[in-house]
Amino acid sequence: MTDIAAKKTLTKKDFASDQEVRWCPGCGDYAILNAVQKFMADSGADPAKTVFVSGIGCSSRFPYYMNTYGFHTIHGRAPAVATGVKVANPELDVWIVTGDGDSLSIGGNHLAHILRRNLDVNILMFNNEIYGLTKGQYSPTSPVGTKKKSTPMGSIDRPFEPAQFALGAQATFVARTIDQDVKHMSEVLHKAKAHRGTSFIEILQNCVIFNKDFYSSNVDRAVRPDRTINLVEGEPMVYGKERDKGLRFDGFEVKRCSADEADVWNPGTKSGAPAFLIAGMREDPEMPIPIGVMRSVAAPNYEIGVNAQVDDAVAKKGKGDLKDLVYAGEMWTVE
Amino acid sequence: MNPKSAQDPQAGELPLQQLDRVVLRFAGDSGDGMQVTGNQFTRTSAIFGNDLATLPDFPAEIRAPAGTRPGVSGFQLQFSSSDIHTPGDAPDVLVAMNPAALMVNVKSLKKGGVVVVNSDAFREIDLKKAKCDTNPLEDGTLEGFRVIEVAINTRVNEALSDSPLSNKDKQRCKNFYTLGLMYWVYSRPLEPTLEWLEEKFKGKPDLISANQTALKAGYNAGDIRELFQGQYEVPKAELPPATYRNIMGNDALAIGLVAGAKLAELPGVFCSYPITPASGVLEALANYKHHGILTVQSEDEIAAICSAIGASFAGSLGMTGTSGPGMALKGEAMGLAISTELPLVIVDVQRAGPSTGMPTKVEQSDLLSSIYGRNGDAPMPVIAISRPSDAFELAIDACRIAVEFMTPVILLSDNFIANGAEPWALPNLDDLKPFPVKFTQEKGDDFLSFGRNENHARPWVKPGTPGMEFRIGGLEKAPTSNISYDPDNHQAMTDLRHAKVRKVADTIPTPEVEGADSGELLVVGWGSTVGILKQAIDTCREEGLSVSRLHLTHVWPLPHGLDEIFSKFDRILVPEMNVEQMTILLRGELPNHDYVPYNKVTGQPFLIAEVIERVKTVLAETKKA
Repeated sequence: MTDIAAKKTLTKKDFASDQEVRWCPGCGDYAILNAVQKFMADSGADPAKTVFVSGIGCSSRFPYYMNTYGFHTIHGRAPAVATGVKVANPELDVWIVTGDGDSLSIGGNHLAHILRRNLDVNILMFNNEIYGLTKGQYSPTSPVGTKKKSTPMGSIDRPFEPAQFALGAQATFVARTIDQDVKHMSEVLHKAKAHRGTSFIEILQNCVIFNKDFYSSNVDRAVRPDRTINLVEGEPMVYGKERDKGLRFDGFEVKRCSADEADVWNPGTKSGAPAFLIAGMREDPEMPIPIGVMRSVAAPNYEIGVNAQVDDAVAKKGKGDLKDLVYAGEMWTVE
Repeated sequence: MNPKSAQDPQAGELPLQQLDRVVLRFAGDSGDGMQVTGNQFTRTSAIFGNDLATLPDFPAEIRAPAGTRPGVSGFQLQFSSSDIHTPGDAPDVLVAMNPAALMVNVKSLKKGGVVVVNSDAFREIDLKKAKCDTNPLEDGTLEGFRVIEVAINTRVNEALSDSPLSNKDKQRCKNFYTLGLMYWVYSRPLEPTLEWLEEKFKGKPDLISANQTALKAGYNAGDIRELFQGQYEVPKAELPPATYRNIMGNDALAIGLVAGAKLAELPGVFCSYPITPASGVLEALANYKHHGILTVQSEDEIAAICSAIGASFAGSLGMTGTSGPGMALKGEAMGLAISTELPLVIVDVQRAGPSTGMPTKVEQSDLLSSIYGRNGDAPMPVIAISRPSDAFELAIDACRIAVEFMTPVILLSDNFIANGAEPWALPNLDDLKPFPVKFTQEKGDDFLSFGRNENHARPWVKPGTPGMEFRIGGLEKAPTSNISYDPDNHQAMTDLRHAKVRKVADTIPTPEVEGADSGELLVVGWGSTVGILKQAIDTCREEGLSVSRLHLTHVWPLPHGLDEIFSKFDRILVPEMNVEQMTILLRGELPNHDYVPYNKVTGQPFLIAEVIERVKTVLAETKKA
């Protein structure tokens, strides 16, 4: 009781560290930091049991600004470090903060494997479609033709669709939200926290210096209702300022339709195919950008399994005594 | 083989000769079961009470084409009635299952040695696979050796005529026939292997029976006097009083890591990616879960060390294991552990490099990269195991240093130690000194996340502890753990990290000199050369040469007292399986001595004879000069 009471008294401020926040003025990261600090207070998080782990990049400075335990690791490796933290102490509430370059370029392998293992952690992937900390090179989520300092004639390689990457790695929870929409972000964070498994949340995030307003044509207030669709479990896939547009599945395609023809969204289908199709809509400029929860299914958690094997071994063999390990095999004694 | 005495009435008409030591090498296709044969001979000899040392030598390819030279797998062991330290330079006896095995191994055989060949495997097609233009049994290749031809395929088929097994399966019993033959020659008991077969093929009575029959048939065939001129006995060794077991380096190392975590009173988390020849450590530890060790097979080398670091951050003792290429990949993360000052044990089972190199061959060429090979000034203690029987205590010491100094530690092993076996005098566990970790639970008035104790170590705070929340990372930090780009702070932190690692030297023993404490030459070795160097230098001293020996286990920081020891010798000979790495280290650290590098990088260990030769040459040069 006292525990719960104590938690309830915490406010957003209690989750802010004493460090001065040093992102560029106007950076989308501020909004995310504010939303996450508020969410922590609202969700009754215990700062002592919360760990933020990050890689390298602008977003990865995040843990320094949270008054929780924090580990700013090395480029791309936050999922691997977080795996060690969670395996060693499954009681900890582990959050990974990463960016598009950190998670999908240098750290692509670790991202794939943490999703496959489904540790009960949450990944906040800030996607600004650019390398910010190294001052503006194209990233693995930048569209083809992105002209930046390292690609003066335009980038050639096709970008990753982060949600499809995650789904391909058998992610059990995939969602997308937007830095500007604090309310929506908060809803997604609550769902992610409730999910028992790796939650992958892509947050579209503005880089005001190197990729300013790259997402404006989709997420600015005026166009957002028509250019995005918020997926809500059990509700028809409807969007538009007038809520008159809808989406329906037609074989292996998602098609636009009128609101009353829209299919009901289910992120928990046995197959990940509907989520994969929905995530792929971004390739088509005619289609809205999906936000909300694209996938949510249950699967075993690695950290539980790995610790259960230890418990099983102890149950079967008894708590190991070093003597039995050293004095084993065929021994002989010389007098 | 030095016959000591003759004639034993027990052996019938054949003379039973006593030998002090024998070096035996089994060689065949990698599918011929030579490792099993060698291991069985080793096990039986250990149970019998011989001192022994083994050297498996197998190809990197699991199954190279049958009958070819790259597919040859070998297993050498020396067993002895006296104290030995190496698997021996040159085999006294070579058992070759086919022409390829013969050709690959015959050049290392001792002059006048015995070659036992499977004469059924020297058909034209076999010779062709082995790239022999002429038959080595006939063309003079084996001149000077005593050759014993046994038609093993035929004998095995005869022995198993009643077995329901297919011909192909019958032929797979060849190695046990061969083993039986060697058991007879060296008067070994059959029982341990007969029992082992029962266990190994439990529920497959046909296989048990066939292999046991083959083993006995081989043993009985030894009675055929035309084959062998005598039977030999290698009496029990007079090892120092203790309880012994036979152990391989990787296994001893794994047990040492378990012990280290227990002595630190921490759960151990071992994260590793499979790599030859280090996978054995992961595999061993995966069976020790009930000892409080959790194992994670990671997606790659970088993930392995990063997860181990994460586990240490969370309050366990993180550990990882790999070999050279993996060390290269782990470099950046090692720097993170150094910068965040988290305990971590990194096992490097060295193999021949660079790049992929020769994964199943031995080398000591990761020394300098272990000490210096990271970005920035990134010091870290480095310990080198020298033999399977000291892997246990050095693994414990690596854990101790890691937690007492809040630092990653590299524990070097190599392929020779990892897969070699020898008797291990089991330690009295009550003598092990615990080093329990005390996590910091409360902030005192002057608490700093990067404050220092007498070891210059920072406090270890475990996430989950209320009121102690802090952030760490690879960016330079102030003592508060907050990011700092302050020039004076970076200087101070760099100096502190160095001073901390240097301070480890206060807790490690000064190595003892074997032999006179002054003289013309001191041989300084490290790592797996220990047995060879001991035997070589002992021999030199018996011949009256002025040479002593010292072996380093803690290679960074170097132990105190070396300068004084070295100053009493005219020259220091530094043999190692790399290009002058220890010599470079010693020249930098202790410049006032005359070092003579002695390097071998063939993927094979030094031979005792060549070390003796080199010592004599160096002594002669010194005299001339």
